[in-house]
Amino acid sequence: MQYLLLIYGNEAQWDTKNEAERNTILQEYMQFTKSIVQSGHYRGGNELNVTSTATTVRVRDKKQVVTDGPFAETKEQLGGYYLIEAKDLDDVLGVAARIPTARWGSIEVRPIIPHDMPS
Amino acid sequence: MDIERIFREESGRILASLIRLLGSFELAEEVMQEAFTAAVEQWPKEGIPANPRAWLVSTAQHKAVDLLRRRERFESKREELQKIAELEQQLAGTQENMLRGLNHDDPHDHDPFGDDRLRLIFTCCHPALALEAQVALTLRTLCGLSTDEIARGFLVPLPTMAQRLVRAKQKIRDARIPYQVPPEQQLGERLEAVMLVVYLVFNEGYSANSGDTAIRQELCAEAIRLGRLLCQLLPGQNEAQALLALMLLHDSRRSARVDAKGEPVLLEEQNRSLWNQEEIREGLELVESALRAGGAGPYALQAAIAAVHGRAAHAEKTDWRQIVALYEVLLRVQPSPVVELNHAAAVAMADGPAAGLRLIDDLEAKAQLREYYLLPAARGDLLRRLQRWERAADSYRRALSLVTNEVARGFLARRLAEVESRL
Repeated sequence: MQYLLLIYGNEAQWDTKNEAERNTILQEYMQFTKSIVQSGHYRGGNELNVTSTATTVRVRDKKQVVTDGPFAETKEQLGGYYLIEAKDLDDVLGVAARIPTARWGSIEVRPIIPHDMPS
Repeated sequence: MDIERIFREESGRILASLIRLLGSFELAEEVMQEAFTAAVEQWPKEGIPANPRAWLVSTAQHKAVDLLRRRERFESKREELQKIAELEQQLAGTQENMLRGLNHDDPHDHDPFGDDRLRLIFTCCHPALALEAQVALTLRTLCGLSTDEIARGFLVPLPTMAQRLVRAKQKIRDARIPYQVPPEQQLGERLEAVMLVVYLVFNEGYSANSGDTAIRQELCAEAIRLGRLLCQLLPGQNEAQALLALMLLHDSRRSARVDAKGEPVLLEEQNRSLWNQEEIREGLELVESALRAGGAGPYALQAAIAAVHGRAAHAEKTDWRQIVALYEVLLRVQPSPVVELNHAAAVAMADGPAAGLRLIDDLEAKAQLREYYLLPAARGDLLRRLQRWERAADSYRRALSLVTNEVARGFLARRLAEVESRL
């Protein structure tokens, strides 16, 4: 069964970190990713650029409306994700708890609903 | 033995086993109902089987195969077909195992269903479910209480409770909350969540402010039953033993806690000859063994406090110094304003009302309990004992403005009238 782990953190906090601190965290992420590749949990994942680079699109009355920024302003922002294959919720929670950002931000764990690819 | 009682007592075990065998909450509930219906039809004619539980489990399994076959005819899904094959294989094997387990004459009451119930309680009390859903699901599945009974027990409208249960089961299925006893390194933390649910069920039954009497007693009895189950299935867990002790020691006072008019009777004023000595004896044994193990946790300390009361044949013989000492340890282990308030009340008993009053003043300054009616109620009580009638009346009035519980309101109103008559 697959789950999407949505990684939420405070971007403003990230900005206050110096080069060395950021490198330490990146190293941790590298090691973590390696470990879940080895354990067979990893199906995909990416870091996302900051919300100031985000653009939101809506189509209303057949008209495309484009606005700057994410859909909602929140204290914590979506900063990345992992797609995980896991046996059950306990299994995936164990993975989520090891994501470095879990220590200061939060990880939302969402089960994926499988759909067949249209042929 | 009547059929109703068998259903009531066995449904938790049967459902737990069926969930494991079928891998689905909903399917298990559905076919258990069908098996019960079959029993109601067949047992009066053919007699109650030698092993009703085994009969019900295997009947439900057959019903599950039938049900999946019927569905398969319409949907012919690969998964369903696979499930049916698995089930049929299981049917042959499990019946054999089950009979072996049940015929097995184990002096320790070996129970082949035990592990299933333990798995189920950890699923129902999974922290990924909201606490209120954990409580409802535990009562519904492990205790076999009806949705209506649970709704009445917790003063929640029936549709709300029904929806809460449906949502919880959907989450178990869709997020795949596992059906297993957590691994050793998580057991402590997860057991804490289970114990909290059990204790919540007990308190809901024990507190005077909710539901009708019959349901309340049922909740206490079920909580104690779950407490026993935890002790039996997880031997060596001291806090589980202590929780059972705590519940037994409180429950022992049940007949003395309310008078003939249904009004609450304070601990000091209770007729202790009405206390259930059997429960006290068992509670004391459990708490002593939990304390001997060392490193007393919050349940062990609360049970130890209840045990001091349980040992006192008269209110005047209560060892308040020991109670104060136990509250002081509890404050270190699990600090909370409510524990501080109880500590202050115990100090008032040990060292006099003035000493208690000083502690209550400190607590009021902290403001966490500003909306908690028991704080001014406790203050009023101490002022009353110091015969400072006017200030006592003020405190009781303040308590009355905060209280929501009708029974407590009546009690406070009587105290206020008593104090006002002295003015």
